[in-house]
Amino acid sequence: MLARHAKLKFDEARQVWVILVPERVLAPDEIAVEILQLCDGVRNVDQIIDVLAAKYAADRSLIGADVIAMLRDLAEKGFLAEAQDTKP
Amino acid sequence: MSPTLTDASRVRADPSDGLAVLEARKSQAETFGIPLAVLAELTHRCPLQCPYCSNPLELERGGAELTTDEWKRVLSELAKIGVLQIHFSGGEPTARKDLIEIVQHATNVGLYSNLITSAVLLTKDKLAAVADAGLCHVQISFQGSESGVADRVAGLKDAHTKKIEVAGWARELGLPLTVNAVMHRQNLFQLADVIQMAVDLDADRLEVANVQYYGWALKNRAALMPTMEQIDEASRIVEEAEVRLKGILAIDYVVPDYYALRPKKCMGGWGRQFFNISPSGKILPCHAAETITGLKFESVRDHPIAWIWQNSEAFNRYRGTGWMPEPCQSCEYKEADYGGCRCQAFALTGNAGNTDPACALSPVHEQIFRAAMNEAAGGDRRFIYRNFSGGTLEADTHGA
Repeated sequence: MLARHAKLKFDEARQVWVILVPERVLAPDEIAVEILQLCDGVRNVDQIIDVLAAKYAADRSLIGADVIAMLRDLAEKGFLAEAQDTKP
Repeated sequence: MSPTLTDASRVRADPSDGLAVLEARKSQAETFGIPLAVLAELTHRCPLQCPYCSNPLELERGGAELTTDEWKRVLSELAKIGVLQIHFSGGEPTARKDLIEIVQHATNVGLYSNLITSAVLLTKDKLAAVADAGLCHVQISFQGSESGVADRVAGLKDAHTKKIEVAGWARELGLPLTVNAVMHRQNLFQLADVIQMAVDLDADRLEVANVQYYGWALKNRAALMPTMEQIDEASRIVEEAEVRLKGILAIDYVVPDYYALRPKKCMGGWGRQFFNISPSGKILPCHAAETITGLKFESVRDHPIAWIWQNSEAFNRYRGTGWMPEPCQSCEYKEADYGGCRCQAFALTGNAGNTDPACALSPVHEQIFRAAMNEAAGGDRRFIYRNFSGGTLEADTHGA
């Protein structure tokens, strides 16, 4: 799930999703938003890939590669946290 | 369907134009969309007396400050018009007794909050309460890498030790931490140690900000201006550290523009992606804008913020490129730097509408920068400390 200092939010004024982090605003695309909304601290990465593969009737390995690449990118920037490490 | 994350904005340090990225998606990119981030100076009161303070020489008194209810109304208004992040600054924002209530309100209306603090007034309980109120990030200023230099610059005994302690609490509470180190001739020799200090404090980011010379810093320029050799050395140290600390500490480096050939894109362009709210509620294009005499600034007490952003004469005077004189008007870089810094043009030439003297194409560039270099070589050490009585000259204990 997202770390407490990274907040996913729908920006009403601009009608886009944004991720708010210190000193920056990230603009995730629709798929990234969908992945992050599935990162609820309960599902693991495999389960997230299952949900998306079923929804888009797409090849699980292709979806999986995308999901993992994006989560790794966020994790390297320090914007992800283990579920048990953060406040609910 | 490859997911992408666009780095939409580095609000203060990066020249990339984040606002355009977001606004373009809705393809109704107004020329002057509402900023993503706003700086709220909650108060000008501060226990420190740093000689480069970014507040105006004419500090606003406590009695003129917006009330708790007024700040809450301002935050609600900001959230409604599309501001996403709020930086609580000062003066020293923790000098406000209602800080927790203000941060809580920012959280309630969905603003991402950052506390820019000197840290010396914080207790562990108060920091925990601010974190519980939803604070997302804390930035602590440092004046050097150890007490000797740092406490002298801050004009406050034991300030450095206290800052180190508070930084530790911030990390214990899980708050992401930025160390802000303001650098100048009298502390640049500690830069490598400052970087190591940020690593030891487990900071996520370090801002190495060379002093920018307006207001108090301009008054203290002779005591602060670095030498060219110091800047070359600093750039080398930062470049080396950026490589060595990749993934451990992000470093934002602000070079002093006196030694640059091209001006900085100050505030991302006047009135383009940033505004500042003064303690009494004035909406300013940047925190130094009041140094420019003759501009009228509007207050949140008199008008809606959106109206001020669109209509304030002070914003519209230097917005875009239409106001520019030559050589700016026909310059190919005019939309790269939006003419640099208006406050600097005013401070150094007496006219805010002139070319920023930081630019090598300014007719006074040579003359002004030679003067600064002479000051750097002059070795004047004594500070004029920032306070409400117009400044106090440091006691002559260093044989200067």
